[in-house]
Amino acid sequence: MSSNIIAKASESIVEDLVFEDKVHKSLYSDAEIFEEELKKIFNGTWVWVAHESEVSEVGSFKTAMIGRSPVIVSRDRKKEIHVLLNRCRHRGATVCQGNHGKTRAFTCPYHGWGYALDGSLRALPKPEEYENLMDKADYGLVKLRHESYQGMIFATLNDEIEPLIDFLGGAKKWIDLFMKQGGGYPIKALGEHRFRFPGNWKIQLENTTDAYHFPIVHKSFISSVDDQTAEVFDFLDGEGYVEDLGNGHSVMVMIPELVDLDENLDDAIPERFADFAQALREEGFADDAVRKMVRAVGGGGFNLNLFPNIACSMAFFRNLVPVSVNETEIHHVALGGEGAPEIFNQTRMRLHEHFQGPMGFGTPDDGEAWERVQAGSMAGTDGWIMVNRGMSRLSTSVDGNVKGAVCSETGMRAAYRQYKKQMAVDIPVKEQADAHSK
Amino acid sequence: MPTQSELQTLAEVTAFLSKEADMLDHKEYEQWLDLWSDSGMYIVPIDHRETDYKNSLNVAYDDAEMRKMRTARLSSGEAVSTQEAVFTIRTLSRMRILGEEGGVVHARCAYCLYENKASGLRNYPANVEFKLRRDEGEFKIEEKVVRVMKSDQYLTTTCYLF
Repeated sequence: MSSNIIAKASESIVEDLVFEDKVHKSLYSDAEIFEEELKKIFNGTWVWVAHESEVSEVGSFKTAMIGRSPVIVSRDRKKEIHVLLNRCRHRGATVCQGNHGKTRAFTCPYHGWGYALDGSLRALPKPEEYENLMDKADYGLVKLRHESYQGMIFATLNDEIEPLIDFLGGAKKWIDLFMKQGGGYPIKALGEHRFRFPGNWKIQLENTTDAYHFPIVHKSFISSVDDQTAEVFDFLDGEGYVEDLGNGHSVMVMIPELVDLDENLDDAIPERFADFAQALREEGFADDAVRKMVRAVGGGGFNLNLFPNIACSMAFFRNLVPVSVNETEIHHVALGGEGAPEIFNQTRMRLHEHFQGPMGFGTPDDGEAWERVQAGSMAGTDGWIMVNRGMSRLSTSVDGNVKGAVCSETGMRAAYRQYKKQMAVDIPVKEQADAHSK
Repeated sequence: MPTQSELQTLAEVTAFLSKEADMLDHKEYEQWLDLWSDSGMYIVPIDHRETDYKNSLNVAYDDAEMRKMRTARLSSGEAVSTQEAVFTIRTLSRMRILGEEGGVVHARCAYCLYENKASGLRNYPANVEFKLRRDEGEFKIEEKVVRVMKSDQYLTTTCYLF
């Protein structure tokens, strides 16, 4: 990587379209803006690609997208994780298909170039025709810089970017808290719902930090649960809050008593988990282990929105993948405990199915609202999307951050501030990528 | 040549499943719930090869209680996604009886659900497997597994049952 490439400020296409209290509606539908976002947001920062448990064994892989780049997350024979561009170095074909799987190598279907799990080029048919033309060692799959925090793997096309740990900054504390929901076991991905909606990716980004919609859009979900649970989800008048964590990240605490799942283990067991607790006792688990699992099984009381594409949302990962300016794919990754009792993970999956995914009791109603935002935002030649809710009633959190009411739009403002900042900076083009792959 | 009794079973199953599909298209959810055995499971898996549904994440994994809650949600009018009352049409074909054991008929068919959305007509082809228990001259559904094409890639959100 040459050191004379310095990120520089550029004429931003959104300079007059993003303000602290409002964003222009064209941000949802302008194809030119979308192209800039792919370059400056998705190719410019840390993008979440996988949880380590999704590639738990030697030979496990997962495919993902960074903007328009298909990538492979793999685990090699030494158990090292790699993030590789899914592009044969010969003529450009993808070398890995499917969402997840296990393999011994990545073989290009076109001319049979074979790559090892770490991306290195191992063999190719009739190599003599490359005599004096190339060195195999220089033609591995392009490796991307990647770093992990608490098992969450992020990768980037921007080699100049700050370390992941600095980018996450104030969000780290909340990731630590989120990872307590394994009930005493390490967090493990249990599967995922994938669906698309006809709308811009930022509509989903906003939604994860939007508590205001919950009692309206999710009325039918609330009606489907018992009274005690319905009360837990009736959080707009409670003590919840939204905190701006910097770098576009924010946390929305909806149920403050479920922030730290290691605390209040002596609380009464909620009615809806009584059968679950009884089943654990019958399996011979001691009272403290039962209480820990009961407290963890429903997930945490907050949504942590990490800019730009991942959220730790109560009990699952919400991963957004921009497809086009008006189409977005969402992955809802269900989480459980590695080595946890079967019934713990089964209960977690049943709770996930209840709300999330294409047939959940919550997601389809969110989807309808997002689709309507995309359609309605086309009305008129000019207009704004308001993100000023709660701006006159801000306070300072214990960590010294800007804090607003649970149903404020503090988290959206945090995301758009980072968005505007990144959209004004040219990203060094990764022309050195091929050399980097040695 | 199939025997008379095999043809009889095929005719009975076809009539029953046509009725089931018709009830779903016409949103006759109360009558639809009555088609089920108390222990029946309605399952829409994500991975088409998966058979351990209980220990997997599914699109839907409904026992009697969840089916009741789901149909209540779809008909209560509270859910914004159901308020436009999307019109659906299902077609069934390629019906095959896979076997019968202990009074339970195992059948498979091709199935396609068409949905009319403002954004256009969408269709969801699927393989559907049923386990139907003979019960006093009628069938009760013990299991319905709908393997929707693309469920292992991505779907769109739905406001009906497959």
